[in-house]
Amino acid sequence: MLADWLLVLLGGLVGAPVRYLTGVAVKSRVHSPFPYGTLAANAAACLLLGFLSEAALRGHLGAHGLLLLGTGFCGALSTWSTFSYEVFTLASTRRVALSGLYLAVSVLAGTALSFAGAGVAGALR
Amino acid sequence: MTNPYLDPAHHRARPPGHAHSEHAPGRQLPVVAAVAAGGALGAGARYGVERLWPTAGTAFPWPILAVNAVGCLVMGALMTVLAARFPRHKRMAGALLGTGFLGGFTTFSHYTDNVRELVRGDAYGTAAAYLLLTVAAALAGVVLGVFAARAAVGVPAHQEASGAR
Repeated sequence: MLADWLLVLLGGLVGAPVRYLTGVAVKSRVHSPFPYGTLAANAAACLLLGFLSEAALRGHLGAHGLLLLGTGFCGALSTWSTFSYEVFTLASTRRVALSGLYLAVSVLAGTALSFAGAGVAGALR
Repeated sequence: MTNPYLDPAHHRARPPGHAHSEHAPGRQLPVVAAVAAGGALGAGARYGVERLWPTAGTAFPWPILAVNAVGCLVMGALMTVLAARFPRHKRMAGALLGTGFLGGFTTFSHYTDNVRELVRGDAYGTAAAYLLLTVAAALAGVVLGVFAARAAVGVPAHQEASGAR
């Protein structure tokens, strides 16, 4: 019980700064209003969580592993709040098309990557 | 980290005296620590919601939808209030509460994972409704948060909040 909470906290403790540092690293290299950093963090988390969920379903990953890596790490690596605020900021600075593109690409790529990750785990024996 | 003072892109359209300290070397560690602490607590809060409000099978994933919508609402309000009232504390408070706590509380990966599991369970209608309703609730949340906060703290409509990550 206590271990469950600690595993989630530990995963979040790592996942959130990885997302932040991804954003900083991308911003220092790519000078674009497009939020590639959040997109990369969200996409990576969708791929990984698809893999982990399917691996857990098939008994390759236990409940504790899923709490640490899935609920904690992937949950904190990915974000809706920063993402939607970026969509809003782009739209409110008159980059409406870019805002819509960011939204559509994030949702479609995230969903596709979730299936891809699950597919990889499903191919494992 | 590149030196921000060598990088004109970071200074375009920024008023003098507002150093873009996000990219300043040597000052990153406290921000990363704040993001980590906030992220741990945010993930823990989301886990608490999931434990108190469990869903199973192909039921509509209301808990994650609610977490994401509420997180977006609070993010919109938080960034607006920080920019208007606490510009000096925006970087650290934004890191702890915004990028950290709200970023860790809300989750994009569990959203797409829920969609995938609904599709897998042949609940196509629920999957489509959840996919679109989350987008609508998140965007409505952030807009409502920003405008409610602007109304409360009196930010002129032309003043754009920025800088969330």
